[in-house]
Amino acid sequence: MPDTLTQAASSRPAPLAAVNDFVVKFANVNGSGSASANGLFAKSIIRMGVPVAARNIFPSNIQGLPTWYEVRVSGAGHLGRRGGVDLAVPLNPQTWDDDVKEISPGGYLFYDSTKPLPASKFRDDINIIGVPLTAICNEAYKLPRERQLFKNICYVGALSWLISIDRAVIEQLLKEEFASKPKLIGANLNAFNLGRDWAKANLQPIGLQLQKSDAVGDRIFVEGNAAAALGAVYGGATVCAWYPITPSTSLAEAFTGYCEDFRTAEDGSKNYAIVQGEDEIASIGIVVGAGWNGARAFTCTSGPGISLMNEFIGLSYFAEIPAVIFDVQRGGPSTGMPTRTQQSDILLAAYASHGDTKHVLLLPSDPGECFTMGAQAFDLADRLQSTVFVMLDLDIGMQEWLCEPFKWDDAKQLDRGKVMTAEQLEAGAFFGRYTDVDGDGIPFRTYPGTHPTKGAYFTRGTSRNRMAGYSEKGVDYQDNMERLLKKFHAAATLVPGPVLRLAREKTRIGAIYFGSTTPAMHEALEALEAAGHHIDAMRVRAFPFSQDVYDFIHAHDEICVVEQNRDAQLRSLLMIEGGIDASHLTSILHYDGTPITARFLFDAIGKRLEARKATRQITEKGPRQ
Amino acid sequence: MTYIVKPKLHHPSLPKNDLGFTRRDYEGRISTLCAGCGHDSISAAIIQACWELSIQPHRLAKISGIGCSSKTPDYFLSQSHGFNSVHGRMPSVLTGANLANRDLIYLGVSGDGDSASIGLGQFAHSIRRGVNMSYIVENNGVYGLTKGQFSATSDKGSKSKKGVENTESGIDLVALALQLGATYVGRSFSGDKDQLVPLIKGAVSHHGPAFLDVISPCVAFNNHAGSTKSFDYVREHNEAVNRLDVILGRAPITTEYRPGELREVTQHDGSVLRLRKLHDDYDPTNRIAAANYLQERHAEGEIVTGLLFVDPDATDLHDRLGTTAQPLNQLGASDLTPGAQALAKINAGLR
Repeated sequence: MPDTLTQAASSRPAPLAAVNDFVVKFANVNGSGSASANGLFAKSIIRMGVPVAARNIFPSNIQGLPTWYEVRVSGAGHLGRRGGVDLAVPLNPQTWDDDVKEISPGGYLFYDSTKPLPASKFRDDINIIGVPLTAICNEAYKLPRERQLFKNICYVGALSWLISIDRAVIEQLLKEEFASKPKLIGANLNAFNLGRDWAKANLQPIGLQLQKSDAVGDRIFVEGNAAAALGAVYGGATVCAWYPITPSTSLAEAFTGYCEDFRTAEDGSKNYAIVQGEDEIASIGIVVGAGWNGARAFTCTSGPGISLMNEFIGLSYFAEIPAVIFDVQRGGPSTGMPTRTQQSDILLAAYASHGDTKHVLLLPSDPGECFTMGAQAFDLADRLQSTVFVMLDLDIGMQEWLCEPFKWDDAKQLDRGKVMTAEQLEAGAFFGRYTDVDGDGIPFRTYPGTHPTKGAYFTRGTSRNRMAGYSEKGVDYQDNMERLLKKFHAAATLVPGPVLRLAREKTRIGAIYFGSTTPAMHEALEALEAAGHHIDAMRVRAFPFSQDVYDFIHAHDEICVVEQNRDAQLRSLLMIEGGIDASHLTSILHYDGTPITARFLFDAIGKRLEARKATRQITEKGPRQ
Repeated sequence: MTYIVKPKLHHPSLPKNDLGFTRRDYEGRISTLCAGCGHDSISAAIIQACWELSIQPHRLAKISGIGCSSKTPDYFLSQSHGFNSVHGRMPSVLTGANLANRDLIYLGVSGDGDSASIGLGQFAHSIRRGVNMSYIVENNGVYGLTKGQFSATSDKGSKSKKGVENTESGIDLVALALQLGATYVGRSFSGDKDQLVPLIKGAVSHHGPAFLDVISPCVAFNNHAGSTKSFDYVREHNEAVNRLDVILGRAPITTEYRPGELREVTQHDGSVLRLRKLHDDYDPTNRIAAANYLQERHAEGEIVTGLLFVDPDATDLHDRLGTTAQPLNQLGASDLTPGAQALAKINAGLR
């Protein structure tokens, strides 16, 4: 059964049969126009009310290299990668062998049968479906570009017959997409029908079937980068400085688009400024300059950009200047895997720059949280007068996810933090730029230009006393560093707290996870529970960790820390900041650049718990109190 | 780095400007630079220029990078917010500050190490981006704080204090600024206050990227025979192309000039740059001719000073971006947040 995470081996498997629960994987050539056809395929299933998790696996290339699109159909609503492929659509000869190898026994191979392929290219434990896509399109179209582009829609048509996609849904989607170019609606529909009609005349629907459902509800389908950009708009960001880098580029582009729509007055004047910097250093410099001067500013980048920005991040920490950085993580180190996903900038971001520094990290788990945390980051940066990172990864940032609709409370005001006004200064309020007046380590600041004779101060990256005067005295330096630490502890009470997910039965085993691991983790936890492994799970949403996180760890005998990097970076943070014993924390690591799968988690955590059970009893039986 | 507090008492006879401020009101803390440092003369010129222009000190922001020159903003305009930022990155910090509030005056102070070496990229891009700023490089051709290494503006063949000859080509920031689209470009000498003060006034009142290269001899490490940035060398080779007066409003011309000797350039804000020509063939509104002239004279070993180029119709980054007139840092939630209703529409478009 494809809906379980355990794969049964059999030499002559029956054809897979499932309703609203399977994985389809397309293999294409980058730049061949397949992306829009594949997107149409995924979106049509969502419109039928069936949840879909779609992932584009693409190369660092403009044209010619292999690209894949994986569509997980899950009526149960599992949005992580499951692992395995039930229906493969390999349309790229370069990757044929690997693509065919991946198909689950009993699964289906859909291919372009225009040219005969030797039997050695197939497997006898899968079901072969040939459709002469090239021949159909060559007959119907004359222009080479049309033949290529419409072949993509043509295979969607054929597949729609095989798995029962509602044709009316496709028609509606094409109407919406090409509303401004009506000619293309008919042309695309025609190509769709070419494939569908051929399949209807020659093939039977397969065992993987779609049925209309209402499991999608009012959820939206959106990229994390776009959601984070929208969060920045709602969070009041006015200055964006950025430098193009995969996978963060679309965040700045989405911000530009939303600002054009929502921040431009009728006379064309703009309530925002976007500058493409000459590099990441200039980008963060612009952000720090704007933050110093009272504008909400951000940059978006990926790991290599964070490496370059380190010096400014240290300045932001030490001189206490708000800045927001969206880090859309990719495979590192160095240039690494620019188009693959990882959670491998956690330590880099948490302790960015030389000297003793610590920074706030927000860890969104889906585009919905990219929006809320994207907005909240600006309040936190202003409140804490420091850098706040929003740690996306490529899997969240560049993939469209189904998530709850964005929500906004119109009563919400921007929290600009402790900013002393001209009126307060005029009234004689005490102003000491680096003086802790409230006991939370957070001092007051003034914006340049506030008052003719009061409140001016000199900002520097060198040591200073409480009144912002240059000081090399050890006592002044240490006093300031202690206050910064106090401020960081205050941050732990302001950032989003962890989310607890308790097992059905009482257990001494816990798991900690974060970010894009979430949907696969939830699915794995369900399957593990069904297999008798009860695990209390906690999703951390921010660094610094709140006391709840440490309490959770101490309340369990063993904690599996799940993350998508080699070096167990979150685990290191828990050990460093919480003084947790290394033996208390078991690493579950997935870092090959592909998004973590539920099957991997089921196996890895399951094996660990089996091994543990073999040595001692870990589960206290009985219902949870 | 102030160990001595300046007395706040002012002599009652000190002249006051239109705002009722004396020059002392534009001063900063006591300098910690070496006695006789050219940079202190530049600070004095900045104080004089801002006083003469009757600038409200708190409406100016002074931003610098790292180095001797970048320490100087602490030594003038103590009622202005200052930001001693990161080595070579003053231009980006200033750009961001300027984006946040277009209503303030931005004075960027940098040095030759800060702008011609580590910061050459940011220098170039802030100028080509058109940031409205006065960018002053206090150029001494040497790394002072680290005790005497050549900087990138050191001329080839110039000798260090230890007698080592510089074998690398020097970078001419003025030539670069002209090519990159600076709309106000001048060069001066810290030892010529009469020339420098009006050049700073012109830069501050200019709307667009204004760049000033001020040769400022380092008395500790680059003021010896064989250096092309020493007081003696610069005095001997200084070739001023004009003398500038900056006039706010329309002051009458009181001195008699030869026909063609006086040239007036009216800037966008109505300020008038009145130039007394010292070289008949020099046209400060011709960018290409200015660049050529500089190269020719440089080959002759001359240091060309004065207002070298000005575009009176300059625009700035905000003009190019179309930013709203109200400073971005003063916009509130109602200006910035599209609201729940707009969000509902966005949601509908994502289904």
